[in-house]
Amino acid sequence: METPLVLEKWPGVISTVTIGATAQEGGTRSHSLKIGGQSSMPLLFKEGANPNKPKLAFEVWDVAPSDFDEEVIKAFGKEINDPLVWAEICVNKFKAELLCLKMQGTHPDFGNKSPEEAAKFVSAFLSKVKVPLIITGSGDDSKDNLVMPACSEAAKKERCLVGSAVQDNYKTLTASVLADGHSIIAESPIDINIAKQLNILISDMGLPLERIVIDPTIGALGYGLEYAYSIMERARLAALSGDKTLASPFICFVGQEAWRAKEAKTNPEQGIMWETLTASNLIQSGADVLVMRHPKAFTNVSNYIEELFNLGS
Amino acid sequence: MFIIGELINGMYANIASALKERNKKIVQDCAREQVAAGADALDLSCGTASKNPLLDMPWLVETVQEVTDKPLCLDSSKPKVIEEGLKAAKNKTIINSTTADREKLEILVPLAKKYNSKLIGITISSKGIPQNKDQRLELAAQILDYVNEAGFAVSDLYLDPIVMPVNVAQDQMKDILEAIAEFKMLCEPAPQTIIGLSNISQGAKHRSLINRTFLTMAVASGLDSAILDPKDKELMDTLIAAELILNKNIYCDSFLDAYRKK
Repeated sequence: METPLVLEKWPGVISTVTIGATAQEGGTRSHSLKIGGQSSMPLLFKEGANPNKPKLAFEVWDVAPSDFDEEVIKAFGKEINDPLVWAEICVNKFKAELLCLKMQGTHPDFGNKSPEEAAKFVSAFLSKVKVPLIITGSGDDSKDNLVMPACSEAAKKERCLVGSAVQDNYKTLTASVLADGHSIIAESPIDINIAKQLNILISDMGLPLERIVIDPTIGALGYGLEYAYSIMERARLAALSGDKTLASPFICFVGQEAWRAKEAKTNPEQGIMWETLTASNLIQSGADVLVMRHPKAFTNVSNYIEELFNLGS
Repeated sequence: MFIIGELINGMYANIASALKERNKKIVQDCAREQVAAGADALDLSCGTASKNPLLDMPWLVETVQEVTDKPLCLDSSKPKVIEEGLKAAKNKTIINSTTADREKLEILVPLAKKYNSKLIGITISSKGIPQNKDQRLELAAQILDYVNEAGFAVSDLYLDPIVMPVNVAQDQMKDILEAIAEFKMLCEPAPQTIIGLSNISQGAKHRSLINRTFLTMAVASGLDSAILDPKDKELMDTLIAAELILNKNIYCDSFLDAYRKK
């Protein structure tokens, strides 16, 4: 006798966030992407809707990468030193549908580019590269508060995903994102209470919950992956039970974490596997966007997603 | 917690006069305010003073469902009045209520089935109000037996242990709380549990304090639903905090706001 599947029925649904605006939508992107929208735990296709596949984004910088692993740099070649060419390789050669532009060059310790220079770069980037865009600051709060409003304005109407808002520094970015029609990344330090609180603080400023993507902060395989996994799982369970303040898609910065692991640096193949495995585990805990570094890991995970969704449908 | 707002009741002067004058605005404002304050459903009662409950109940139903699609809890001891309400209802409904008496069950259970309504079963009978936990459980079992026999889904049944005023039946409070917990163990799937909260403080001073303290204790005993005044903000805040402590919602510093955004 066949054992019947036990299927949960959930009252809640994860919000759907669109990244990128085409000409018809007032922007200049070649296409737009949807993330989220699940009404079941990740990949339980029989239990509820899983309408959007997880999306992969290549991480690119506004300057030549300074702390990237040799192996990643080798995969792109010396063209990686020109950010616009680097981005074009991601799109044309490795078929990226989404890019994550980190404004690292604005960091006081990594070039200290001015907000005006940053805005000019974003404009040039948008005219050269047509895929939807995620734009993040350099991580220096006070500099980001000067740079990101300029970048947000330069990308007005392109419906980017812009980050990152944190609990102690969210107001400036939220105001910009609201004014320029983007969505926001809300970053919390592997802490579900802060993730929830930050979503409320941002939505209290008038940005709808449906325009927030949570960065739960992740650790790579062997470096706290299971903590991130369980936080994401708990947030999803709460969201599906009806808690709208946690019903946001997740973005996970996989590449930067995976390549920091000493095991990833041991040999080239192991680094690629480290990034691949970290990403594929996070997909199972509900990751909606994964920001990747190595093209081979990108391809591996891309194939894995196709396989999962072919089996599910 | 499934919250049923209690304020549309003919025993309140504003609703009594609205019924008399067929003043929709008073009733609709009261409905809107309760929903805004967090009510998941609205109790509708014409009150004992109503001369014409057979006409008043459907008027209340029609008036309220013009402004909300929340479920309506049709509150009358007269099955005919409830049926007039059911006929008029487009929203989901809850019948409030049947007793454990067979002649009541024989009318109201088929009515609930016919109109696809939920049903509140209150553990009293023509013999009177139960005096302890065991009598409450016995009456609950009688209601469950009948409901099962009649093929009505137990998950659509709310059992009410009948809350007595603390200044009348102080020795019964613990029994009522224990009954709430034990109702859930009577069968599988378990019935829902419900109380009419405000009765606890009838005739007492410090009503709001007594209400919210009892509600906290009842929530900890596993209560699923309550008929209460959702406009009592301290009561609602206490309820939200109690559910937080029971791990029903994830903590954040703005947990009160977070609950209200749900």
